[in-house]
Order: sequence, then C-alpha cells, then structure tokens
Amino acid sequence: MQQVPFLSLITFLPLFGMIIILLLPKSNEKAIKSVSIIITGIQVVLAGMIWSMYNYSLGGINNQATYQFVEKFRWIEIATVSWLGTIKVDYFMGIDGLSAPLLFLTALISFIAAISSWKIDHSLKGYHAMYLLLVTGMVGVFVSLDLFLFYIFWELMLLPMYFLIGIWGGPRKEYAAIKFFIYTLFGSVFLLLVMIGLYLSATETLANGTKVFTFNMIALMDPQNYTQTGILSPLNPNNLRFVAYIAMFVGFAIKIPMFPFHTWLPDAHVEAPTAISVILAGVLLKMGTYGILRLNFPIFPEITQQLVWWIALFGAINIIYGALCAMAQKDFKKLIAYSSVSHMGFVMLGMASLNTAGISGAVFQMFNHGTITAMLFLIVGVIYDRAHTRGLDDFGGLAVQMPIYTGFVSFAFFAAIGLPGLSGFISEAFVFLGAFSNVQIRVITVVSTLGILLGAGYMLWTLQRVYLGKLNEKWNKLPDLDFREYAMLVPLAVIILILGVYPSFMLDLMNSSVNTMVTFMAKSQTFFSSIQF
Amino acid sequence: MPLTYFFDSIPLLYPEIVISALIAIIVLADLITSKVEKVLPYISLIGLAVAFYFVTDNYNANAMAFLNDTGKGMVAVDSFGSFFKMIILISSFLVILFTILSKELHDSMDRIGEYYTLIFGMILGMFFMVSSTNLILLYLSIELVSLSSYVLAGFIKTSTRSAEASLKYLIFGAASTGIMLFGISIVYGLTGSVNLYEISYLFQVTAGNKFLLNLSMILMFAGIGYKISSVPFHFWTPDVYEGAPTTITAYLSVASKAAGFALLIRLIKTGFSVETSTLGAWVVLPSFYWQDFLVLLSILTMTLGNFAALWQSNIKRMLAYSSIAHAGYLLAALAVLSDQGLIAILIYFAIYMLMNLGAFLVVIIIRNKINSEELSDYDGLGYSMPLMGVSLGVFLISLTGLPPTAGFIGKLYIFLALLDAKMIVLSVIMVLNSVVSLYYYVRVLKHMFLNKPKEEVAHIKFPLAENIYASVLAVAVIFFGIYFAPVINWAKNSLSLFGF
Repeated sequence: MQQVPFLSLITFLPLFGMIIILLLPKSNEKAIKSVSIIITGIQVVLAGMIWSMYNYSLGGINNQATYQFVEKFRWIEIATVSWLGTIKVDYFMGIDGLSAPLLFLTALISFIAAISSWKIDHSLKGYHAMYLLLVTGMVGVFVSLDLFLFYIFWELMLLPMYFLIGIWGGPRKEYAAIKFFIYTLFGSVFLLLVMIGLYLSATETLANGTKVFTFNMIALMDPQNYTQTGILSPLNPNNLRFVAYIAMFVGFAIKIPMFPFHTWLPDAHVEAPTAISVILAGVLLKMGTYGILRLNFPIFPEITQQLVWWIALFGAINIIYGALCAMAQKDFKKLIAYSSVSHMGFVMLGMASLNTAGISGAVFQMFNHGTITAMLFLIVGVIYDRAHTRGLDDFGGLAVQMPIYTGFVSFAFFAAIGLPGLSGFISEAFVFLGAFSNVQIRVITVVSTLGILLGAGYMLWTLQRVYLGKLNEKWNKLPDLDFREYAMLVPLAVIILILGVYPSFMLDLMNSSVNTMVTFMAKSQTFFSSIQF
Repeated sequence: MPLTYFFDSIPLLYPEIVISALIAIIVLADLITSKVEKVLPYISLIGLAVAFYFVTDNYNANAMAFLNDTGKGMVAVDSFGSFFKMIILISSFLVILFTILSKELHDSMDRIGEYYTLIFGMILGMFFMVSSTNLILLYLSIELVSLSSYVLAGFIKTSTRSAEASLKYLIFGAASTGIMLFGISIVYGLTGSVNLYEISYLFQVTAGNKFLLNLSMILMFAGIGYKISSVPFHFWTPDVYEGAPTTITAYLSVASKAAGFALLIRLIKTGFSVETSTLGAWVVLPSFYWQDFLVLLSILTMTLGNFAALWQSNIKRMLAYSSIAHAGYLLAALAVLSDQGLIAILIYFAIYMLMNLGAFLVVIIIRNKINSEELSDYDGLGYSMPLMGVSLGVFLISLTGLPPTAGFIGKLYIFLALLDAKMIVLSVIMVLNSVVSLYYYVRVLKHMFLNKPKEEVAHIKFPLAENIYASVLAVAVIFFGIYFAPVINWAKNSLSLFGF
C-alpha cells in the first residue's frame, strides 16, 4: 500500500535511540536526556503523520484487507518433518480503529513522560536506555497482529519496568518492582499457554496451498480456520476453550488491573518515579483492556457472550471498590492509583455491553483515562518535587501559594470526575449509554453509576484538603509551575478540552472498527449456535 | 568376532579415536614441556576441532559399529548421537577457554596436565554414553565419566569445600551406579542379552515377569537420574556444584547432563518403543509406564529445584538448583514420548548450553575480581562492571525463559510438545514453575543493580578476552531468541536414531 514502513519506524525508533544513548558518554547528561525527548518527539510526529493518512472508513478487526499501514513478511519459516508441518512466524504489523487511538496515546504519553524524566538525577544513562526500551515494547504491543510478535513485545516491557521502578523508585522500590514483575509474569505465562494452544488449533492456507499452523491473530478469529481435532477448536466438544478464555482473561486482567488482581498497582505506583507512574497508568493499564478487546473478544466470541455479565460485574466492582479505596487513602499518589482502578472499571463495563455505544465508550475511555491520569500523576509529581511529601493531610491552602498550578489541578480533577465539556464525560456517558441498553447488564450498570458519585466525593475532598482552606505555613515558599511543567500539562489539558468539546476527532477514528467488531460478534454468535455437537 | 567387523568399525569411531589419542598426547606433553599451562589449552582446542570435524563427517552415517551376527552392534553412529557429541564438544571448547582465564585454578597449575587428561577422559566417556546400545558399554561409559569427574570436582587440593564435594560426589555416584548395575543384571537375567535392540525385541515377543522388569528399570534409572540430577538422585548436585572449580561445575551442568539425557532417550526409544507413528508419537511397549514415571519425576524435579533455589545465597549453589529445575523441564519434554518432545529437548540443550555456560562464565570472571560467589558480595556490581552485569542479566533472563532471549524459544518448544499431546496439567505446572524461577534469577539482578555497593568501587577493567567471551555468548543468546531458525533446523536434522 504505502512505501514507508511507518509502524516499524515508530516501534523501533526508541530502540535506535537506546543504542545512541548507550554510545554516549555517561557524563554528558544533557545529551542523554535530549536524545530521549527528541526520539519520543519524533514518535509524536510520526503518530501525527499516521493519523493524517489514516482512512476512517476501514474497519479492521477480523478482516485483514481493511487493516492499515500493514507490514507483513515471513520472519521464520522452517519446512520440517511431516508431523511438525511448516513452522512459520510472521512479522505482521497493522492498525485499525482499535489500536490507532492507543498508538497515538502511547506516542503522546511517552513524550510527556520523557519530559517529566528530566528531573531524574542518578544513573541517567541506564534510566533513559531502559525507558526507550520500554517505549518500544509498548508501541509494539499495540501494532502487532501476530501473536508471537505480540507476546515478545508484551514480555519485553517487563524487564525495563522492573529496573525503572526498582532502581529509580521510592523507599520500598525493590518490593514493588518484584511484585509487579511476578504478578505480570504470572498472567503472561498463561497467555503463552493459550497462545500455543491456539497455534496448535488453527491453520492458515499459504500461497502454495499448504495449510500451516498460525499465530496470525486475524486468522485465529475465523472459526473456519480451526481444525477438527485442535485442542482449542470450537469444533472440538470440550470445555477447554472456556478454560483458555479464562486463562487469557486473567493474564490481561492482571494488567488492567481487575479486582482481585489489582494489589500490585498501588505499590508500583507509589514507589515508581513520576514519569514511570505516568507511563504505567497512561499506557500499561490499557494493554489489559486492549488485549481483551483484540484477542479474547473476537477469538472466543461465543464465550464472551456467555461471560459478559461477569465482565460487567467485575467492572462494577472495580468502579466502586476502587473509588472506596481511593477515598480511604492518605497518600496522594495512592489515591490516584486507586482512582485508576475505578476508571478502568468503566472500560470493562463498556466492553461488556457488546454494542457500538458501549465499546466506543470503552475505547474512548482508555484514551481519556490515559490523558487524564497522566495529568493527575504529573500533578502529584509537581508537588512531590517541591515538598518531598505526598501526605494529603500535610498540605492545605496551596491555591493561595500556587494559583496556576491549582488551576490545572482543578481542571484535571473535574476531568476525572467527568464534568461535561471535558473528555472524561463523553466516554463515561457512552459507556453508561451502551451498558444500560444491554438488558443483561442493566442492573449492574445502574449500581455502578454510584461510582461517579464516589469519584466526585474523593476528588473534591482531596481538592479541599490540599488546595483550599488555610495555607499551611510550612509551604509558603513553594514556587509555581516552571516551563517544563507547563510543557507537560498544557498539551494534555488542551487535548482533554478539545475531545470534550468535539469528541468526533477520536470517535470517528474508531467508529468503523467498533461497528465491525459489534457486527462480527453478533454474526459469530449465530455461527457458533449453528454448530451441532 | 571376526577381525573385519572390528576394522569396519574404525571409520565410524574416528571422533572417539581422536579423543583417545589426545589423552595420550596430553600425558606426553605434560611430561616433555615445562610450560605446560601455555601449551595444553591449545593442543586441546585443536584436538576438539579435529574431533568436531569427524563428528560432522559421520553426522548422517546412520550405522553401527562392532556389529554382532544379528546385525546389531554396540555403538550407534547416528545424527541423534552426533548432535549430542557436538553439544559436548562445543561445551568442552568453551569450558577450556574459561579454564584459561580462571584464576581459581592458578594455584594448581603445576598439575594442570591431569586436569586436561581428565576432561578428555570425560569426553570419551560421554561420547560412548550418547552412542552406546549395549548395557555393559553404557555402564562402563558412565563409570568413565564419573571417575574423571570425581577427581575434577576435587581438583583444588587446598580447598576443603572442593575435597568435600569430591567425596560426596564419589559416594553418591558409586551408590547410584552400583544400583544401576544391579538393574542391568536383572535385565540380563530376564532377556539373556545386553544389547538394547535384542532386549527390545524380546520385550515385544514375550510378556516376561513384569515386576522384575519394572524393578530393573527403576534401578537402572538410579544411575541415569544421578547423571541428569533428577529427584530423588539430585542430592549431590548443590554440594558438588558449589565446591567444584567453577569451570568443572559449568561443564557438569551442561555436558554431563546432556550425555545423561541422550542415554535415557536412547534407552527409552531403542529399548521400549516399537516404532514412531506418522504423527511423531512413539509407540511405547506397555511393559513399563514410562510416561507416568517421567511425568512424576519431572514435576518433582522442577518443583524441588525451583523452590530450593529460592533460599540460596551462593550463586553457584543457586545455579545448581536451577540446573535441577531445568532437568525437570527436559524430563517434561521427554515424558511426551514423541518426536515433538525429542526436538524440544534437542533445541533446549543447544540453547541451555549457551545460556548456562554463559552464566557460569560471568560467575568465573566476577570471582577472579572479587574472590567470592556469595550474592551479598554482588551488591552494586552492575555499576562497577556494566558489561558483565548486563551479560549475566541476559543469561539469567534467558534461563527464566523470557523473550526475546533464546531461553524463551526452548521453553516454547517444550510447551508446544506438551500441548500438542494435550498434557495440560504438566504444562500448567511448568509455567508456574517458571514464574517461581523468575524470583531467584531476578534476585541476582537485584543485587547487581538495585542494591548499592558496600563501598564506592571504581570502574573495574577486564581483559579483552573475557569481555569478548561474555558479550559473544550474550549476543548469541539474544540472536537465537529473535532468529531461531538455525537452532530448529539443527535439531530437526538430528532426530533420527539408528533403527528408526
């Protein structure tokens, strides 16, 4: 289609940046920081170019021809002895309306977090090398269409994240880092088993007519491709597909993080440096919900249908439980971390609706949560850099001392609560609209609206405790925002505002894919009910 | 036996002859030259290269040496055996390179001739272990390997730990191989033959005494289990791995384990499987429950290895338990009893050799500088020796089995074999084990990168050779993780055992 391999460029550019950083002398700190910012800056430009060339009318999901910016070539192909068949792995990348918003989000958040990393003060070289490796992993996950490639990128993120939390984190960094690592690996090994099970169950027809096992996600979505005897074949009357669905779901749920697998998140967030918290909340959490939408839903449509009630239920638990936990926190960062748990619940609720409004809302909520939570973590970072404490009760009346900063804070808080006119409102409204119109989960939806109320509760209470009231004299020397902080907060605020006023920028981007997904899910339902065992 | 049979066998045994000749050359060179430590490594390396050439020459021979009247011989020369011989030769090559730079062995340099002689004794024994189809020869080859390794484990006379390791190894080894010999005698009693092919034939045609047969197999497994350090014959492993010179530890963990596995595979496939089905599954005689037996051992071995490794504070001891765990993974692949499992084992060994030798290499290099193998002394080493820190990180991540390292490919193929045979429970236990293993592998990284050094140390410089070895192995581990076609091709060409 097009000549320039945009997706490979945007994925491997950070890796290239990492090599540059490794070659720079350790003493040249400015250069190291600049490389990281420039590389992620170029990524934003590339993302913008991709957006400008993106064709809004193509759906993607289960139709390979309607994916865009596709790059596909044979990576490994070994013709082997008969019983093993040909082993093949493709280098297969492409985006559709599901991954495009997340790709742009990743580019944006990576850039902002790179600016935010300016304050890192020791072992800069290692930090930025690891940071760029992490960015490669994140972008790769969103653009891969081959399960094998997807898994490699998925796991590639773990190690940099471990070091970024473990070396540059707070007092309990080692505990938080290993907890994160073990939790996520625990999830992803089950993902690996399901991936192999799927590989052994589905075949793809090559150009020369031979059928080979495949890791191709799109081929796996077509029930016709499964062999009669395959371990995870829908034609094979066993309940392994159900087990596999759950295993894969848990793998992703740990990343979301879904209750009861969320306990790593507050620890990781509290200990991680600001930039890494931003990445963690802004991008990493989205991988869980993205994985469910990209893999669980279209590969196992019949089981998704059976389980939507449960997905919605866990979504609602996340919303309410997260909000209640947030309310009880004394640590600013922990509060924001739990608010993430709550907000990701909306994504799950929206997905479970299985209709256009709900899924659009879910994907849009992923994007908005990315920008809003990034802003919230940056806000915590601003104050922590100055005061070296995050206790909610240690402050008071900061609005007097730092008026502009407090302006941004109120903006972000209201966006998080879902004030009309800001982007969070639109996505939450869509989620509720979609979820309410699905009769199956209507009751759950009604209950989870309580989450909005609780959200307003903890956010406004925080605003009151930290920013309003009488100024704590201890902090009467704190300066207001500096240039670097403006550079991080302003773009996010602008995006939140624009998408709040004119959400079609984002909704149009995902619309045709979401429609394709919804029709596909409904159609496969009829297909699966027609199979007679 | 007619003389022609003997002479016909000679071309098939060139590699073994080269190794035997080298033993003689090394003994002579040790007597003649005074600068023995300068000369011997190069003689050895050249000798290994020559042997390697002859192994590749015989790669597709698919023949038998020392044939008897029924057309079945004592030594099979097939691509399967050649694969393991190559693994043994490559790891010997690397271990000799490590030996040159190991400071641990410096005090014993006046006796270094013995060291090389014994290494080649081990190689000879291992060559016969991977190719013998005769129970007596098989037993003798195990003994040859064991006797050489007892001495090598205790090579540093001044170290009490080394002496203790050697003695423990000797006692365990003698007991295990003794039990094995008893098992062999029962098999002989049942069948009247020590040739695996004849035994296999007799098992097929006669039901025999099932109790005695099962007993004999369990007894025979004692000897093999001790070589591959499978539970419950693993007790020697941690002590010996910790006490022996690190070069020998590395060697035992790769070459000797590979030879043990090759022997076990040959025993099962030649002795108990009738044929290979078109789908690659082995049709195994029902006289012994190999699958249940191997599944049980595999679960015990990997779980015990991983959980015991969690508590270790000495890196060599930790790697010892980790090697037990890896034996468990390999047993899981073998338990599939199919060519899918076999190809997974071969791939795993090729990769395991690189990553495990790499890990031990870095341990040797670091020991040269800080004279310790305790994890607490590794604090902050990642900053004073970044290259070694990163290399060790790559090896350990690969041992955990995370992409994009080669270790992931090894594990992937084991899971492919397991799930293809629908052995879901075993594969779930294995993935949970790899999550456990992450904890102790990453703990090393934690010490090196997350912990602060006790005192500020300046950047430590290493000789060029050490830097090159470590980085070449680390790059290879990553390269084969991303482009693994060569490994798969090598393994897939090495599947054929004589007679199948």
